[in-house]
Amino acid sequence: MKVAVDFNKCTGLGICESMAPDLFEVNDDGELVLLKEDITDDELQSVEEAVAGCPTEALRIVR
Amino acid sequence: MPDRGIENCALNAVRAQGRSLVRRLVVVGASLAGLRAVEAARKTGFAGDITLIGAERHLPYDRPPLSKEFLEATEPGAEARIPFFRSDDVFPELDVELLLGEPATGLDVAGKVVHVGHRQVGYDALVIATGSQLRTLPGTEHMDGVHGLRTLEDSLCIRAALDAGARTVVVGAGFIGSEVASGARKRGLEVTVVEALPTPLVRAAGAEMGAAIASLHERNGTTLLCGRGVAAVEGDGCVERVALDDGTHIDADLLVVGIGVSPSVNWLEGSGLTIENGVVCDETLWTGAPGVYAAGDVANWLNPVFNVRQRMENWTAAAEQGAAAARNALDPENAKPYGTVPYFWSDWYESRIQFVGVPDSEEVLLVDGDVDADDRWTALYRKGDRLVGALTVNGQTVIMKYRRMIAQKSSWRDSLEFAEKRLASALAKTVGRDG
Repeated sequence: MKVAVDFNKCTGLGICESMAPDLFEVNDDGELVLLKEDITDDELQSVEEAVAGCPTEALRIVR
Repeated sequence: MPDRGIENCALNAVRAQGRSLVRRLVVVGASLAGLRAVEAARKTGFAGDITLIGAERHLPYDRPPLSKEFLEATEPGAEARIPFFRSDDVFPELDVELLLGEPATGLDVAGKVVHVGHRQVGYDALVIATGSQLRTLPGTEHMDGVHGLRTLEDSLCIRAALDAGARTVVVGAGFIGSEVASGARKRGLEVTVVEALPTPLVRAAGAEMGAAIASLHERNGTTLLCGRGVAAVEGDGCVERVALDDGTHIDADLLVVGIGVSPSVNWLEGSGLTIENGVVCDETLWTGAPGVYAAGDVANWLNPVFNVRQRMENWTAAAEQGAAAARNALDPENAKPYGTVPYFWSDWYESRIQFVGVPDSEEVLLVDGDVDADDRWTALYRKGDRLVGALTVNGQTVIMKYRRMIAQKSSWRDSLEFAEKRLASALAKTVGRDG
């Protein structure tokens, strides 16, 4: 499983970083950096929360 | 001492009434919380009937853009994109019945019926997500050029006035009013913000930081007048001038009223639900009536993260509570508490303001930046020996790290140590770049 970011929608609010910091980080310029794409089973729940919590609906999980 | 075991059994019995027979989920309120409720219900595999009731005639749409990018100027002839959440084919796919364009008017928890005018909609499980309604400036309700900002129609009216080059006055220096002021300024229009309190945003960010954020207005050419109220709105059918209580008059073509909202609970009068600053719920968003849960701006619930009652008016809480309320309503015996570190953001001019946690604190400390000189800064909020809140302006790279620390109940000392480390590494980067 992977996570995909639509960077046309993302504005770097960073909710995803607060839920899954191993995958997401917002940099000094306010842009989201995808630290890794692959989601482990342990990370799935937090990534699902990040997907649901994204105010720009920019994230999705690709199974 | 009451026997907690028996008490809990009794409670669970009340919660579970009709549990095995949830055939029909009704969601009242077709904005973000309501949408997420119906989507979460289907995601959990609920195969029964779902009805989504909304006062507005539109399909659910996203509200944050209405005071932000939706107000920006577009190319001549181009129309602003309406921020609908889903296309209209999604609801048939989800097998959700939509009742849009008429508000719910009553609730009978004994008969398990929602009234929508003359229509009666029966439910086994109910999610109340009716949001909030604007406070208005008395006497201006029928005057042209005076607008609140809650709905798509409100935003379209404001947008049209800005397109026409309106001299803009905003009453209320809260987040919505300030975003509109920012949008008008970006178009080069004359803007004045009038705030009744001596300092804006005290409830949201505390006095010191409220003043610091508000200084963004002056820096960007918007006039901010604090401690002043509106005495009269003058004009012949249409706003022409705003008279303040200190005798000042401001010419205006557009008056935007951003003086807050109140939860939309009028329709619940006589329902027997406890209404007190919204619908009172427990930590699982349960209202105390069988099968009835609440979510979003209307829900006054016990947030287990801080063990305090809160009513949120932000996007994140609405989205998450909508889903949580639906899941719990469909399976009350296994209802899970909903806890969160509150989060909101606001975009003013070129600055992004973000807040996590709660502003109720004993100390507010600026740990990065100078509010008078810098474009970015970070303030931390302490209560006891814990970090309870963080505010950043253009601090997107740190804000969510603090959100995690608040959730993990980080000590104040650890939080300050973290802030110092961030400062040191930023300095090293600067030195590296310049050297």
